[in-house]
Amino acid sequence: MTIDVNKIREDFPILKEKIYGKPLVYFDNAATTQKPQVVIDKLIEVYTKYNSNIHRGVHYMSNKATTETENARNIIQKFINAKHSYEIIFARGATEGINLIAYSFAEKHLKEGDEIIVSELEHHSNMVPWKMVAERKRANVIKWAFNDNGDLELDELKKLITPKTKLIAVNHVSNSLGTINPVKEIIEIAHQNNIQILIDGAQAVQHIKVDVQALDCDYYVFSAHKIYGPTGIGVVYGKEALLDELPPYQGGGEMIESVSFEEITYNKLPFKFEAGTPNYADTIAFAEAIKYVSAIGIDNIAAYEAELLAYGEEKLKTIPGLKIIGTAKHKASVISFNIDGLHSYDVGMILDKMGIAVRTGTHCTEPIMLRYGISGTVRASFAFYNTKEEIDLLYKGLLKVVEMFA
Amino acid sequence: MSELNKRQDEIVEEFSVFDDWMDRYSFLIDLGKDVPEIAEELKTDRTLIKGCQSRVWLNADLVDGLVEFQADSDAIITKGIIALLVRVVSGLSPKEIMEGDLYFIDKIGLKENLSPTRSNGLVSMIKQIKMYALAYYTKMNS
Repeated sequence: MTIDVNKIREDFPILKEKIYGKPLVYFDNAATTQKPQVVIDKLIEVYTKYNSNIHRGVHYMSNKATTETENARNIIQKFINAKHSYEIIFARGATEGINLIAYSFAEKHLKEGDEIIVSELEHHSNMVPWKMVAERKRANVIKWAFNDNGDLELDELKKLITPKTKLIAVNHVSNSLGTINPVKEIIEIAHQNNIQILIDGAQAVQHIKVDVQALDCDYYVFSAHKIYGPTGIGVVYGKEALLDELPPYQGGGEMIESVSFEEITYNKLPFKFEAGTPNYADTIAFAEAIKYVSAIGIDNIAAYEAELLAYGEEKLKTIPGLKIIGTAKHKASVISFNIDGLHSYDVGMILDKMGIAVRTGTHCTEPIMLRYGISGTVRASFAFYNTKEEIDLLYKGLLKVVEMFA
Repeated sequence: MSELNKRQDEIVEEFSVFDDWMDRYSFLIDLGKDVPEIAEELKTDRTLIKGCQSRVWLNADLVDGLVEFQADSDAIITKGIIALLVRVVSGLSPKEIMEGDLYFIDKIGLKENLSPTRSNGLVSMIKQIKMYALAYYTKMNS
């Protein structure tokens, strides 16, 4: 099956919007993706048909909402091929998921002088939480630098590993450069050295088929809103045995088995890590997004996006003074670039006026910008509802930008 | 009419000839290229106003009871708007700057540049202009 992009665009109502009277060209998909009608409809269905706090309710609507939520967990389990549905923990997003693992992992495993290896390619969300827990435990965060192309090198990682290394944190796909990291090999190296590993999949699950058992990763996190689902919901996958060892992250309702002032016992997985009323409405709609992309097929999406990426890079390279930042061997559909003599903010402002939405600045990856000695980049990130015609509009827009600043 | 408002109305008048956004931004870009840059030695952490994306430097001196501003930015559009801001407030008394309402940015159709999400340092720059005025006002009256 190939992608029928015109048909797909019909599923996303926002793509019909006009911006300053011009058709929207949405190239900010790495920041968040747009939502298909089925996801929007599902949110409305929850709130109009069976909105009710889940778990432990005795009435019809609570049972219905609970069943739908737990069904969503099963759908997500299958989507990433986790062994058990209770290895899927819901959090607010990838960021909260990393904070959860960082906090609980540090409580259980991290001691003074221990080391956590964090790649230089990380979003601040997969770097700051580790720095925070390291500071609390007097442990150290060790930088795994990337090379000029934006690739991480496995030999470099091997040199950084010491008997004190307790965990490696790395993304599957870089949000600012698009690098697809060799996570399978990285996980193997980690496990050969008895080191646990967390993969930030926020930029990966929408582009690459992920099988957590085949990868053998210990923890894998991602957000719904970057894979066509609602904001405010995300997933932490963890291996049962590892999650069982970890103490809870937050206390409250749901996460307890029994409570007295003398003693509290915690609930079993996944509820141990899901304090408070869960975000069931977004969870239920999230499952619709997963069903939607699964029906199209992640492999089909990947193939189409690879075409967009190749077309976009070829086209953009012909613009005078344009330099693509991040030329990794394998890339997701992200083009980060700068134009000689122009600030990314200036480029983004003018493109915006033409109805073209890109992201500019550091993309929450200041270490990457420091590494390249730049203040930021313009980033165009494509989804499977984007078209080559839209890339042509970006190309023409950029020529106009160059002309205006000349 | 105050000198501050007179200057603002002049700018509004100048912008009224532009029909569309492209003319307005082209004008800003030209201004951004022309603006007398702040002396390199004044581009320090003290004068830096950190925005998320474009950086803005702002310096103010009190000369004969009036505040003289110099400013710069690494982004040209931001620099163009800065040039307009400096033109409006520079050389006025601290009191007039403190009490003045900077309405011209909205009137010339550049309001989106002042949205906090733009993170271009302009909102902070306006605050900093007022802070300098307040500081010099306090100094003169103490």
